[in-house]
Amino acid sequence: MTTTARAASGPTNAAGGVSRWANRHRKWVFSLPAMVFVTGLIVFPLAYTVVLSLTDARGSIRAPFDFVGVANYADVLTDTTRFWPAVARTAGFTVAAVALEMTLGFTIALLLRRPFRAQGLVRVVILLPLVATPVAVGMMWLLILEPNIGAANQILQMLGLPRSGFVTDAATALPTLVLVDVWQWTPMVALILLAGLTSLSDEAEEAARVDGAGYWARLRLVTVPMMMPTILAALLLRSIDALKTFDILYAVKGRGGGSFHEVETLNIYAYGLNFDYNDYGRASTVLVLFFLMIVGAMLLILLRRGRGHA
Amino acid sequence: MHSTRTRISARVATIAALATVVTACAGGASDDGDDEVLQVTMGNHVYTDQVRAVIPVFEEETGLTVEVTVYGEDQLSDQYNVRLNAGSDEIDVMMFRTLQEGELFSQNGWLSDLSAYAEEAEEWDLSDFQEGPLEALTVDGSLVGIPAVTEREVLYYRTDLLAAAGLGVPETLEELEAAAAAIQDGNTDVAGFVGRGATAQAVPTFASYLYGFGGDWTDDDGAAAIDSPEAVDAYEYYGGLLRDYGPEGATSFGWTEAMAVFSQGGAGFYTEADSLYLNATDPAKSAVADDVGFAVFPAGPAGAKPFNIPSYALGISEYSTNKDAAWRFIEYMTGADQVLEFQQAGVPGARDSVWDDPEGLSGFPEDLSAVIAESVRIGVGYDRPRVARVGEARDIVGQPLVVAIQGGDVADAADAASEAFQVLLDDDRG
Repeated sequence: MTTTARAASGPTNAAGGVSRWANRHRKWVFSLPAMVFVTGLIVFPLAYTVVLSLTDARGSIRAPFDFVGVANYADVLTDTTRFWPAVARTAGFTVAAVALEMTLGFTIALLLRRPFRAQGLVRVVILLPLVATPVAVGMMWLLILEPNIGAANQILQMLGLPRSGFVTDAATALPTLVLVDVWQWTPMVALILLAGLTSLSDEAEEAARVDGAGYWARLRLVTVPMMMPTILAALLLRSIDALKTFDILYAVKGRGGGSFHEVETLNIYAYGLNFDYNDYGRASTVLVLFFLMIVGAMLLILLRRGRGHA
Repeated sequence: MHSTRTRISARVATIAALATVVTACAGGASDDGDDEVLQVTMGNHVYTDQVRAVIPVFEEETGLTVEVTVYGEDQLSDQYNVRLNAGSDEIDVMMFRTLQEGELFSQNGWLSDLSAYAEEAEEWDLSDFQEGPLEALTVDGSLVGIPAVTEREVLYYRTDLLAAAGLGVPETLEELEAAAAAIQDGNTDVAGFVGRGATAQAVPTFASYLYGFGGDWTDDDGAAAIDSPEAVDAYEYYGGLLRDYGPEGATSFGWTEAMAVFSQGGAGFYTEADSLYLNATDPAKSAVADDVGFAVFPAGPAGAKPFNIPSYALGISEYSTNKDAAWRFIEYMTGADQVLEFQQAGVPGARDSVWDDPEGLSGFPEDLSAVIAESVRIGVGYDRPRVARVGEARDIVGQPLVVAIQGGDVADAADAASEAFQVLLDDDRG
C-alpha cells in the first residue's frame, strides 16, 4: 500500500522529474502492477477477514459493528458441537480421499506405463471424470445413489446384497462422498504420476533387473524412490484441493452438510455461518483458523520433504 | 541514446502503473446504471415463469427494458447477501422469501419503504391484499414488499390407493396415521407417507403439525416453547409418521426429494405447500398425475391449523437508482388483472378480489380450490419462527424433529433445542 501511495504522489507535473524519479525506483515501478494486484486480490481480503474475525459483524456488513477482541476465537475453539467435528471431518475426508487416490493413481499409472493396444482410448476414458464439473458430478451421483429409486441400490439388490442409504444415511454419507471424490480425482493423480514414470530413465531398473531384483523389489527400491519428487508434488496438490473441497459436498448435501451435519467440513460450516446465519464475525474466525491449519499442514509436508532430501 | 530509452520506458511504466491504480479505484465507485434498463432478480419458481411471459407486454406499454436474472432458492439468498452487502445498484426489483428474509433484509436496510408508492396508487388498491401477508411485510411501520405468491400446507393423497384400500380421506391426524399404515401394508414398494425430514427444510412442513397439536415456536410472552408437552407430542407424531411409514433416507428430504418420491408413485400421502401442486398433477412431471387428490390439512388435538403464508414478495432494493421504474414493474405485476391471470395459470396470489372471483379459482383442480379456500379461512400466518436470524432458528427447532425420525429421545432433544432457541431469541431482540 505504501508503494502505491508513493507512486501516486510522486512529482507529476515535470516530465523530466517523473522520469528521473521512476528511473531511480525502477524495480518498484515495474513490479507495481503485480503488487497492486496481489494486494487487492489476496492481501486485502485476507486482512479484511482477519479484521472481521475480531468483530461481531452480523446481518449486514454495512451495519455498525463492535470489536470483540478474541471472543469469537474463544467461542469457536471451545465449540464441540459444530467446529471440532467439522475439523475432524475435514481431516478424515482429506486423508481418506488422498490416500485412496494416491494408491489407485499410482497403480493405474504403472498399468498405463507400458505400451498396449488401444492405450489412447483407455487413457481418454480414464481421464473423463476429471473434465466433468464437480457440481454436475455431485448431481449425477445423487441420482445414482438415491436410496429409493436410484440405480446403485437396484444393482445391489440384483446382486443379492443389502440396500444402502448411501449419502442419505448419516453413517455412510461422508465415506460415500470420499469415494465420489476418489472417482473424480484419481485420474489427475494417475496423470501426474504417469508423466513422472515416463520421464524416468530405464537404466536404473535395467541394472536392478540384471542384479536379480524381482518386480516388487524394483518397484519399492528403484521406481518409488526415483519418483519421490513427483509423488510429493501430486500429494501436495491433491491434499490442498481435498482440504478445500466444497462443491461436491454442497451439491449433494446442501447447507449444514445434512440433518446431522454429517458431511459438514470447515468450508461448509463457514459457508453456512456466512450465508445462512449471516454471522460474519464467526464465519471469518472459522476461515482464519482453517487458513492457519492449511498453511500448517503444507509446511509440515514441505518440511518433511526437505528432510528427506538432506 | 541508452539513457533516453531507459527514461522513456520508465515513463511508460509509470503511466501504466498510475493507470492501474486509477482503474482499480474506479472499479470500486458506483457507476450510474442505464436508467432505461430495469434489473429484476427472481427465484426459480413457477411464478417467475409467468412473470417473464408478460414482460414483453410490460416493456411495450412502458418503454422500459427489463433484464431478469433467475437463481435457485438458496442461490437467490446468497446473491442478495453478496450484492447488497456491497451496496450494489445492480438490483432494482427483488423477489424475496417474505418470512425467511423480509425481517433480516429490512433490519439490514436493504429494502425500500414502499408505503408512499402504495398509497399513491389508488387504482392499484393496497386494501385488496390479504391482511396476513401485508402484516408479514410490514416491518416497523414500513411496507417492505408486495405479496406475490401465497401458499398453504395441504394434504396430497393418492386417490387410487385410497379407493383400493376402501378408505375415506383422513380428516384428523389420527386417521392419517391409520390410513398411511393401511396403504403401506397393502402395497409393495409404496410408503404410507412422505414429507420433508431434513432439519431446516422440514420446519415449515412441521409447523402445521405443531399448531395442530396446540403448540407454537414461542409462548405468549415470546419465550421459546418448543419443549412444551404439545410441541413434544407434535415432534413425536410427525417423526413417527416418517419413521414408520416414510421412505428410506427421510432425514435428508427437502421438498424436491419428497415430491420426487410422491410424484413417482412412491407414497400414499404427502403434506406439502399447495403452490407446488403442479409437480404432482402435471403429466410431464408426475407418473401419478391423474391419481392425485387434495384435502385440507388434517386436524390435530387442537384442530386443523395449516399455515397460510405469503411465500414470496416483490420489493425494491434500497441501493436501486431506478426506484420509480421498479415500482411501475411491481405495480404492474401485482395489479388485479395480472394476479388473476397468474392465479388462473396456477400461482396462488394474495388479492381478496381474485380469490372472491370464481374465475380466480378456475386454474386449480376443483378439489384443490375448495381446499385452498378453506385453508385461507383457518390458516396460521407463519410457518417458521418469526426472528431475523431465521436460518439459525430453523436449524435449532428442526433438531428434535430429526431425533424423532430416528426414534431417539424427543423430550431431551426438545429441551436442549428450546434452551438454544431461547439464547437466540434473547440475542435477536438485544
